[in-house]
Amino acid sequence: MGCGSVGSMPSPPAQALADLTEISTQVEAAVVFDREGTVLASTLDDERAGRLAGSALELVRAAEEARPDGGADATQALVQLDVALEDGSVFVAADGDRLIAAITAPDPTVGLVFYDLKSCLRGLADETEPEPAKPRRAPARKATTRTKKDDEKP
Amino acid sequence: MRSRSFLTGFLLATGSAATAVVFRRRAARRRERAELYLADGSLVSLVEGQPGAEQLFAHARELLATARR
Repeated sequence: MGCGSVGSMPSPPAQALADLTEISTQVEAAVVFDREGTVLASTLDDERAGRLAGSALELVRAAEEARPDGGADATQALVQLDVALEDGSVFVAADGDRLIAAITAPDPTVGLVFYDLKSCLRGLADETEPEPAKPRRAPARKATTRTKKDDEKP
Repeated sequence: MRSRSFLTGFLLATGSAATAVVFRRRAARRRERAELYLADGSLVSLVEGQPGAEQLFAHARELLATARR
């Protein structure tokens, strides 16, 4: 395990990746990173994880340039991509500022891999978001009856 | 004798056609491609020879090499 394995308790990103590789047998390696290239967790060692995140970011930028609008239209933001090559496939999925890149053997089940990657990102978002404050119950009001006389009082 | 040669010819033709279909399917599956999924639900598919595709393939190859090194 990469940068997320410091200490006895794995960090949420590292745990999410451990769950991913356990569930998805097609995923050979994966890295979670942000849009600045900072690695949050990886199944590889730190050095390779950093290079993998850098290459994945370059891939995302190239993909954004390859969009029909050339990356100008925000409604057409890139949410996920896959590149199928002879010796394997590369997947990248994004959730806000957080991205996950994974590699698989050739001819993977594309939908299943994307589903697992998105689940991993969603799991991370749930773990890092602060718990929403419990809605307070409004104090019970005394039942009052309004009369015309009350309204007329100054 | 005639029916036998006809049967042999028919089997050879059927076998060749089936093999050709299998090879074509396998070749199509092995073709390099990139698929970009956009927020509005649209999909952009790029194959070899299209503008921008080679750059994506090069980055993807680099990723695979880094991960498997």
